Amino acid sequence: MCSLSSEITPTTVDVDTVRSKINDDSLRLIDVRREEDYNQGHIPNAVNLPLASLLSGDSPESVVKLVEDMGIADDTKVVVYDDTFGALASRVTWTLQYIGHKNVALLEVTYSQWKELGLKTSTEKPNIKPAKHSLNLNPDIMATAEYLENAKEKDNVVLIDNRERLNFLEQHIPGSINIPYRTLATDGKILRTKESMRNLLKNRGIPEDAEIITYCGSVGTLSGLAYYALKSIGIPNVKLYVNSFKEWKKLEKPIGKQENAAYWDLSAE
Amino acid sequence: MAQQLRPSKSASKKPKIDWSRREEADNFARTVKLYRQGKIDHDSFRRFRLQHGAYGTRMTDDYAMVRIKIPAGQIYPYQLEKIAQLSEMYSIGSAHVSTRENIQLHWVVLEDVSEIMHGLADVGLTSREACGNTVRNVMCSPLSGVCNDEMFDATSYAIATAKFLLRNPLNQTLPRKFKFNFSCCEKHGMIRIADVGLIPQIRELDGKKQRGFKIFLGGGLGNKSFVGYQLEDFTPEEDLLYTSIAVLQIFDRMGNRKNMARNRMRYLVDEMGWDKFQNLILKQRTIVRATQSVIVRLNINQKPNEIKRPISISSENGSVPDGYARWLKSTTYKQKQEGYSAVFVTLEAGDITANQLRAMAEITMDFSAEGFARNGFSQDIILRYVHESDLPRLYSRLLEAGLANSGSLTMASAVGCSGTSSCNLALTNSHRLAKEIQRKFLELKLDEDDDLSDATIKISGCPNSCGQHDIATIGFFGGGARVGKDMYPNYSMSLGGRFDDKTMLGVTCMRVPVKRAIPVILKIIELFKKNKQPDDTLSRWIDRIVHDNESSEIKSIKDMKKILSPLVIPPSKADDPDFYSDYGTDTSYHTITGKGECAA
Repeated sequence: MCSLSSEITPTTVDVDTVRSKINDDSLRLIDVRREEDYNQGHIPNAVNLPLASLLSGDSPESVVKLVEDMGIADDTKVVVYDDTFGALASRVTWTLQYIGHKNVALLEVTYSQWKELGLKTSTEKPNIKPAKHSLNLNPDIMATAEYLENAKEKDNVVLIDNRERLNFLEQHIPGSINIPYRTLATDGKILRTKESMRNLLKNRGIPEDAEIITYCGSVGTLSGLAYYALKSIGIPNVKLYVNSFKEWKKLEKPIGKQENAAYWDLSAE
Repeated sequence: MAQQLRPSKSASKKPKIDWSRREEADNFARTVKLYRQGKIDHDSFRRFRLQHGAYGTRMTDDYAMVRIKIPAGQIYPYQLEKIAQLSEMYSIGSAHVSTRENIQLHWVVLEDVSEIMHGLADVGLTSREACGNTVRNVMCSPLSGVCNDEMFDATSYAIATAKFLLRNPLNQTLPRKFKFNFSCCEKHGMIRIADVGLIPQIRELDGKKQRGFKIFLGGGLGNKSFVGYQLEDFTPEEDLLYTSIAVLQIFDRMGNRKNMARNRMRYLVDEMGWDKFQNLILKQRTIVRATQSVIVRLNINQKPNEIKRPISISSENGSVPDGYARWLKSTTYKQKQEGYSAVFVTLEAGDITANQLRAMAEITMDFSAEGFARNGFSQDIILRYVHESDLPRLYSRLLEAGLANSGSLTMASAVGCSGTSSCNLALTNSHRLAKEIQRKFLELKLDEDDDLSDATIKISGCPNSCGQHDIATIGFFGGGARVGKDMYPNYSMSLGGRFDDKTMLGVTCMRVPVKRAIPVILKIIELFKKNKQPDDTLSRWIDRIVHDNESSEIKSIKDMKKILSPLVIPPSKADDPDFYSDYGTDTSYHTITGKGECAA
């Protein structure tokens, strides 16, 4: 699962593999935290791509430009990390795959966990030589509102909402099921073990050959993590509804709700 | 954090008993599948689900509430951490501490319940027999072992009873649920409102001291509440198990299995009459004593817990944050152990976030010399064996975690069942009302008023008493009322309930619309202030009123009703639309309920 040279891209890369390749020019580490956090320390040789910068102009062409500026060529191996339980890193990873970058994966831990393991960090910015990257859109991994609306009526399509339970109860896309993003992690790793992920789906009655579409609140971060949790156990057909519930509401599409219960009042927040 | 405490060895303490059985989690997952496939009928599945501690949820079959049993309320830091994690993964990111020392996770997808069970097994906990017609969580006073008025510590007896009965064929299909409450003294437990309530006693026999209990039977709160009867003067500890078995056997054999509304043991006692019931129990106990094998006995662990004060690595004396004196006065209890206090952490109607659970785990390790916490009777968590000199720092830490509300030992900490936030039977949002009352009391600093400190407010969302309204100084249970076509949430208010040695059920006073509940409570306090005797307390004043013994302008419940009635006149819907909606919703009130399964 952890070999970076493998043809089939793994979902996550383990700490040891990254540690041993930190100085390897064929590997590009992307830190997606905010610039000020990055400046205070990051994994050595990592480049900074705050998610906000990516989202500010995420036309495929501008993403290609960003990728090239980070010195990423078509065959560069890329590993992405964050400090937000893997959700922001997932969204960046997904975007790279969407523009056609094949060899990209998530670091299996967050930056905090990396530090807790006592591993090296640095405040130095690496010298990057811009590279050339092609654009080969991969539309199969993306769902639009229109696509989702049609697909969710079909058999063997499962729509998963990855927001927290109370948000889901209050409003959701009709027909979706709720797997809160916190369900996807395990102690010390951003994703569950494969066995427990399979077990979760089995309990929920989600067939592994289903087409699964994930969504969350606004830009596809929490659901991006779910995308990779599903990919990690080899689910072939997963799509991210990247504009998520925010767009769905704006488009005034139908909304489902758990009625007649004051569940918010159980929250101690 | 400026002040760091290093946990001592006692910090990583593990419980002595593993209550879990991992195979039950897998079995639950399989059974849910069969149910969803229609291979198990609804009623059989419901029985199975309840037996495993998963309760139904308001208006849906998709979600469950998982009730985690915490025998004697003893909970360890790593268990709190695990529950925090499980609440984020499978529930709403908050957990709920119940009035019976359980911890509940609400709005859990039924298919995820088995995952929670696996998580609980990781830390030795179970939800088995937390619901259903079984012996529920065995409670013990959170002050047992530290109470100034107790004869001895009942905790190990409560734990041994829980251990003996869990998964015991004796109580798997009782006519109805069954509750054991152990106390330390008359004041700190609720022994007269349980099926079996016990207070430790010591008697001298031939110059030798003998341990035993005062046992009360047939009490309980519900649609119709009863106060328990004392079985005999003294029940020696050797007879504790025999008595428990005898009572369970009689209830199992004679309890009403036909009428759902009258199937608790208190109805059996009521129908049969106490003398007859008492006689039956004593006879049955003789039979049990004679026929049980000698190896059937309670395994009482008498080894005292290690008390080791966590070591402070920083003696830096930072300034004590504001509010310390107020908090100290209204949340702490001086233990019989010199220099130590028990701290009652109040939670709004028992709700605690995942992060607060984690903070509580750390705080327990850093401050409690016994290394674990105890859930209480009032939806609270009690931290005991806190050294007095550590109290200011504990307050700072609780403050950081948002857990330093004052008034846990006063009238300010209102109890409210889950109500319409999750319960099928609820008619009103009692849960939120309890929170609103607590916030108002703290805002008005009523927790600082000594005259109010021994009074209580308890609220149920329906007549079934999960919020224990019957034993509150001011109790409320929810219902609906209407003006013409317009409905509004309306509570029935009772006064004068208590749960000490003079336990009595509150006397019905009047109906109070939900949006008038707080003004009515404040008015009662105002009337009390006006009419009180020197050294009077609110609960004593109300006690006199309900017994027609008061000499001031309010001599009876009737007078009280008369003087309060202008406050409860419904306005027109046009004038005050808010009056017609319950807390937590902006839509007009209507009653809607499903089938109950009895939650607390």
